[in-house]
Amino acid sequence: MARLQLTNVAKRYGNVEVLRDINLDIADGEFIVLVGPSGCGKSTLLRMIAGLEPISDGDFLIDGERMNDIRPRDRDIAMVFQSYALYPHMDVARNMGFSMEIRGAATAERTSRVAEAGRALGLDKLLERLPKALSGGQRQRVAMGRAIVRDPRAFLFDEPLSNLDAALRVEMRLEIARLHQRLGTTMVYVTHDQVEALTLADRIVVLNGGIIQQVGSPLELYERPANRFVAQFIGSPTMNVVAAAPDGASAVRLASGARILLPNHSGAGRAAELGIRPEHVDVVEPGTGDLDAVADVIEHLGSDTNVYTVVEGLGPIMARVRGNVPARSGDRLGLRIRPEHAHLFARDGRALAATGA
Amino acid sequence: MSAIRRPSPVLTFGKYAALAFYLIFALFPLYWLVKISITPDQLVFTEGTALWPSETTLGNFRTVIFHTDFLAYFGNSLIVSLGTAAATTLIAAGAGYAFSRFNFGGKRVIIALMLVTQMFPLLMIIAPIYKIVAAMGLLNSLTSLIVVYTAFNVPFATFLMQSFFDGIPKDLEEAAMMDGCTRFQALRKVIFPLTLPGLGATLGFVFTAAWSELLFALMLISRNEAMTFPVGLLTFVSKFSVDWGQMMAAGVLALIPSCLFFIFIQRYLVQGLTSGAVKG
Ligand SMILES: Nc1ncnc2c1ncn2[C@@H]1O[C@H](COP(=O)(O)OP(=O)(O)OP(=O)(O)O)[C@@H](O)[C@H]1O
Ligand SMILES: [Mg+2]
Repeated sequence: MARLQLTNVAKRYGNVEVLRDINLDIADGEFIVLVGPSGCGKSTLLRMIAGLEPISDGDFLIDGERMNDIRPRDRDIAMVFQSYALYPHMDVARNMGFSMEIRGAATAERTSRVAEAGRALGLDKLLERLPKALSGGQRQRVAMGRAIVRDPRAFLFDEPLSNLDAALRVEMRLEIARLHQRLGTTMVYVTHDQVEALTLADRIVVLNGGIIQQVGSPLELYERPANRFVAQFIGSPTMNVVAAAPDGASAVRLASGARILLPNHSGAGRAAELGIRPEHVDVVEPGTGDLDAVADVIEHLGSDTNVYTVVEGLGPIMARVRGNVPARSGDRLGLRIRPEHAHLFARDGRALAATGA
Repeated sequence: MSAIRRPSPVLTFGKYAALAFYLIFALFPLYWLVKISITPDQLVFTEGTALWPSETTLGNFRTVIFHTDFLAYFGNSLIVSLGTAAATTLIAAGAGYAFSRFNFGGKRVIIALMLVTQMFPLLMIIAPIYKIVAAMGLLNSLTSLIVVYTAFNVPFATFLMQSFFDGIPKDLEEAAMMDGCTRFQALRKVIFPLTLPGLGATLGFVFTAAWSELLFALMLISRNEAMTFPVGLLTFVSKFSVDWGQMMAAGVLALIPSCLFFIFIQRYLVQGLTSGAVKG
């Protein structure tokens, strides 16, 4: 049972402010994922929750209790480090049972809890090994086991899967999802990986430059990004964004001269940019779409096709099409923008409210 | 096209030849020391250049052990060297940990000052040191040697320890603190066991340095009962003759503690204890 609340939290190193105005209310049992570009302060935020980094300003509460000055050991929070940070001189069992050892738990209880966690993570045959005799994936499991054995109030993960290969990453991702379902404990998870964020999170927190850009469910962020940064950060492939000027109350004109009609969009009159996800751009016969383009690179993914095109006077636009497209590099194509999925951004990057659709 | 090129035999031979040459170069003086220590006195000069004497004896060892003050010197040296090694390593471990893990005001200045102390030739400061030790009434005491040796060894030992601490990921301490340790518990249960090789190396280094130090021992100690072994060795040199056999026998005996020490710690030195801590 743990509700984590951050109120107006800031972090400064000397004069450098790396986090500002962080307001976040994490409900008990929620799975929160922090994403953002490198250096945006994700690890710093996580470490402040852990107690490894002092909080410069604001309050951090666990279940209503102020934690700013409480030592890490007294917060009852477990953390899985990106580097795993296994104790190299202890075997797997002692690594996992270390927290109970420190708290003076009875040996019998410790042994049974370690055995149980070991079984759950498929480590039961490795309990007597030293970390150096384990593969990367096994070390990762031990690091998770060390956190589970404690039965903490909340789990923190700092890019726990980033050192694993792709296949193992998928497997461990599922494992973490199952873990959350089984334990129902509050989890805060830092990642670079969109797929991890979108698949694991109840809510995603997008950070940039030390400021929270948006907090919301994966679908909310995908469908209603609060600004251009979130729009381009969430979703793969990246959203196309091009300059646009108002043309009447419900249409915009692009630099190529094309006029895009947006009947349900109230923000058209203030738009500076138009954003459209590649999956919302259709490839049509030349001359019949909104834009005329020349195919640049075609990527066949089997189920989908990525069509990279160049539009004269506008620049590159990418379309992602279901199935196969019989186009080749250099072919002339038409592109149609689905107006109900278009995003409009003001000059400062803020999204202009989309109504309808 | 063969995938793996075998090293050419000439190159292999060259490498071994170079190693062999180095070993002979390094070990030959030791061999000579042992040879002379077991050569009877009357043969030292007549068979001076032979690789092995025609007759051997343990008489020199017997004389040195039972009829000179060598054992007393040896004991003094042990006290001074062990005391210095312990005191220096303790201070260096604390300072090295602080330098490695904390940022504090004046850190750079302190490091710079410590480097500066290493730049002066000992001869320049020997007179002031003598005056200070005399003023404290510590002349002719083993304590004076321990204090002076510790002062001179702490800077280098600190840098040595700092580099060992730098090699231990900070994550490990943080993981321990998340697991419920205080900083001190994390230090004792996680960092200390991993620093053993570093502590061993530092102890060994300081012990050896103190064990063979002559200059300060000569200046600060004139009483026979307080002499350390390097000073004591000089008593084998009289105005008119040098007792080579006994001197070499004493030298061989003096090698024993260092050898034992390094045999004891070498397994820690070669082992990479932190392997497996992080990803890799
Ligand atoms: N001890 C420090 N002193 C000064 N600045 C620091 C310190 N630690 C971190 N920073 C700065 O704080 C910012 C946030 O760092 P942080 O490690 O939280 O980023 P991150 O989002 O986790 O990045 P990554 O995705 O690369 O792990 C960075 O710009 C970094 O340079
Ligand atoms: Mg980070």
